[in-house]
Amino acid sequence: MLWPHKDLLCISQLKTAEILHVFEMARRFAEINTRPVKKVPILKGKSVILFFVEPSTRTKTSFDIAGKRLSADTYSLAASSSSLRKGENLKDSALTLQAMHPDALVLRHQQSGASEFLAQRLSCSVINAGDGWHAHPTQALLDGFSLSEAWGDDMSGKTVLIVGDIAHSRVARSDVLLFTALGAQVRLCAPRTLLPAGVRQWPVEIFSNLAEACRGVDAVICLRLQLERQKAGLLPDLREYARTYGLGAGHLNRANPGVLVMHPGPMNRGVEIDAALADAENSLILDQVSAGVATRMALLFLFLTRKDASDSGDGPSGRSESHQPHPPLLQED
Amino acid sequence: MPGPDLIVRNVRWQDELVSLWISQGVVQRLASPDEPSADGEQLHGEGMLLLPGLIDAHVHLREPGFEYKEDIASGLEAAARGGFSTVLAMANTKPVNDTAAVTALMRDRATRAHPYGPRLHPVGALTKGLAGQELAPLVELAEAGCVAFSNDGMPVANPDLFRRAMEYASDMGLVVIDHCEDPFLAEGTSMNEGRVSGLLGLKGQPVVAESMQVARDILLAEYLGLPIHLAHISCRQSVELIRWAKDRGVQVTAETCPHYLLWTEELLRGYNTLAKVNPPLRTNEDVLALRQAVREGVIDMLATDHAPHAAHEKEVPMDEAPNGISGLDTALSLSWSLVREGVLSLQDLITRWTVGPATRFSLPVNRFLPGDPADFILFNPDLEWTVTPESLHSKGKNTPCLGQTLPGRVVTHGIAGKVLFHNASAA
Ligand SMILES: [Zn+2]
Repeated sequence: MLWPHKDLLCISQLKTAEILHVFEMARRFAEINTRPVKKVPILKGKSVILFFVEPSTRTKTSFDIAGKRLSADTYSLAASSSSLRKGENLKDSALTLQAMHPDALVLRHQQSGASEFLAQRLSCSVINAGDGWHAHPTQALLDGFSLSEAWGDDMSGKTVLIVGDIAHSRVARSDVLLFTALGAQVRLCAPRTLLPAGVRQWPVEIFSNLAEACRGVDAVICLRLQLERQKAGLLPDLREYARTYGLGAGHLNRANPGVLVMHPGPMNRGVEIDAALADAENSLILDQVSAGVATRMALLFLFLTRKDASDSGDGPSGRSESHQPHPPLLQED
Repeated sequence: MPGPDLIVRNVRWQDELVSLWISQGVVQRLASPDEPSADGEQLHGEGMLLLPGLIDAHVHLREPGFEYKEDIASGLEAAARGGFSTVLAMANTKPVNDTAAVTALMRDRATRAHPYGPRLHPVGALTKGLAGQELAPLVELAEAGCVAFSNDGMPVANPDLFRRAMEYASDMGLVVIDHCEDPFLAEGTSMNEGRVSGLLGLKGQPVVAESMQVARDILLAEYLGLPIHLAHISCRQSVELIRWAKDRGVQVTAETCPHYLLWTEELLRGYNTLAKVNPPLRTNEDVLALRQAVREGVIDMLATDHAPHAAHEKEVPMDEAPNGISGLDTALSLSWSLVREGVLSLQDLITRWTVGPATRFSLPVNRFLPGDPADFILFNPDLEWTVTPESLHSKGKNTPCLGQTLPGRVVTHGIAGKVLFHNASAA
C-alpha cells in the first residue's frame, strides 16, 4: 500500500483498509520485538523528534523504543528544559523545529488542535501523540491492534464498552472512531457530567449504569480518571466514583464469556478498575503496552518511508490530505 | 433659502433616481436628478445606491493601550470605508475608559485623525477598571462625552451591582449595554458547546451562559422600569426571551452582528481561530432565529462588535486565541449578502444600521428629510471584492472572510456634507 498521508492527526483521516494495513505492519514488527537482537536498519539515517509539551513518560518511551528498534535517531525535546515550553508561541516552536530538519515530529500537547496547528506549518510528518481532549490516534490503533490479535480484524458482532471520563478523553474519541470503523458496536458509560456535548449524535449507545452497560459486551476499556475532575465539580468524590463507575468482577459476570479488559494507563487501581481485575487472565493491559511499541514501529515505518513525501509538493502549507474531520461521527440533526 | 453647497446627482433612493441637495452640512432636500442649480459642487453618483451613513453601536478601537491591534485613526478609517458615519467605542482599553481623561483622549484622537468624521462616541465603563466591583464615575463620564455605559467583555456577575448601575445611569438618561454572559458557565470556553466542541475536544460555552443573563437583565429592567440594551445576541433562546419581554412592554433593545446571521459553529472545525468570537458562533437553528428576529425588529439593530487583533495573536491553538472578528470593513457587504439572498429587505438593512441605534442612543440620523445630518454613502451593490489583508483598512486582519468574495462596496462617503472619499473608478 502506498501510504498517502503526511501526518497522523486523527483516526477520522484513515480509511478502514489503512487501519488494517497498520495492524498488518504491526504484526510483522511485533516479531522483531521478540528477537534476541531487537534492531533492524530500515529507518537508519531518519530523525524523529519527540516533542512532549505535556509530559508523558509512557507514550514517549514507547515511541522512543519503536524508533530505535528501526534504527531511527530519536531526539527528545522536553518542554520544560528548553525554550520550547508551554507559554512559548507554538508557531515559533514550529519554526525552530522545522529548522532542525526532522523527518517526523511526534507531538504531545495539552491543547486540542495543537498537532493540526503544527502539521500545517511543518514539512515533516507530524504524528499526534495526544492533543488536549481531542485525539490520541496511536493509542486507538494500539487498542485496535490488541483486540484484533484476539478477535481478528473483522469486529462486526463485537461490542466494546468504554467506561469513565469520556468528555475529557482523547482516547475515547479516537477509540470510538476506530472501533466503529472496524464494525464493532461501541457503548459509552459515564456520569452525565463526564459525557461530551453532542454525544447523543455519535454512533454509540450511552449508559449511566455500569452493570447494564456491561451486559453482553466483549471488551471493556476503563479510562483513567483525572483526579482534578472532582475539584472541577464534575463528581462528588473518588469513593463514590469508584463505587458507581469502577469496574469490578461483578460487572464482568454480565459480559460475554471471554470478555477482555483494557486500560490505556496509567491506572488508578481501585478507582476506575478493581486492582485484581487489572492483573487477571483476561486483562490485555500489558499486551496493550507491547502492542504500542509494535504499532508505533509500523506507523514510523509508514510515515518515514512514504515515497511521495518530497515529490508530491506537499509543502509545509499543505494541509493533511483527506483529513476530513470526523466523518463517521457526523450525522445530520 | 441659500443654494446647495453640494449636489449628489443621479443616485438611487427607494427605487427612484434622485439628486441629494446638501446645504451647510444638512440635507436640503431630495430633488429630481436633473433639476438644475446654479450653486453647489456637483458629484456624479452614477446611479449608485444612496444610503444614510451607518451607525455602529459596538466597536473596539483598542486605543489607548493596544495600538498594535488598532488605533483610533485606523479604526475610524475602516469605519469610513465600511460606510459607518458614527461608531460607539467600548471601554476595554488600557487604561480602561473609566475616567473623563480617557474619554477626552479618545474624542481628541478621533477629531485630530479624522476631523470630518466618522464620529466616535465613547462608551464608558460601568465599573471601575471593568472589575465588576465598584461603580465607575458615570456622571463624570457622561459629562466628558460618553453616550452609554458597559462592562462589555467583562460581564458584571453581581446582580445587585448591576441593578445599581442601571439606576444610577438612568439619572443621566443614559442606557446600560450588557454583554450577557454568566461568567461561571462561560469560564474557560473557546466555542459554542455542542456537537462540534464535543468532536474537537474543546470546552464549550452553553447557550444558557448568554440567555440566563438576558433573562436576568430583562427581569431587572421590568422591575426597575428602566431600559436595558443587550449586546451581540447570539442564540434562539435569547431571542425568545427578548420577544417575550417586548410583548410585556419591557424597555429592552438588542443588537446582533453579521457573523451571527451568517455563520455557525461548523466554522470552528479545523481549529479556525479566526472564527473564535465571544459569544461564540452557534448553530443553524440559532442563525435562523436571529434572522427572523432582525426582520421582525425583535433585534433592533445590527452592530459589528469590531474586535481587531494582531495576526500573531490568532496564530495559536484555539484555547489561547483571543476572541473577536475584525468587522468594520466587511459588515455592510456581509449584511448586503443577506439582502441579496432575500433574508432581509433593503429597508430592514437600513433601519437596523441607522434608526435602530440612533433611537436607542439618542443620536441624530439621516432619513433624507430636510435638516437631517447629511451623512450618506453611495453603495455599488454589484461590485464584488475579494477580502485580503491588504483590502482591509483596519489593522485587524482577523476575519473568517479572508479569501472570500463579498458583494457590494462603498464608493463614496459623506459626513455632514463633507465628502470623505469618492472612488469614481469603483462606481
Ligand atoms: Zn461583548
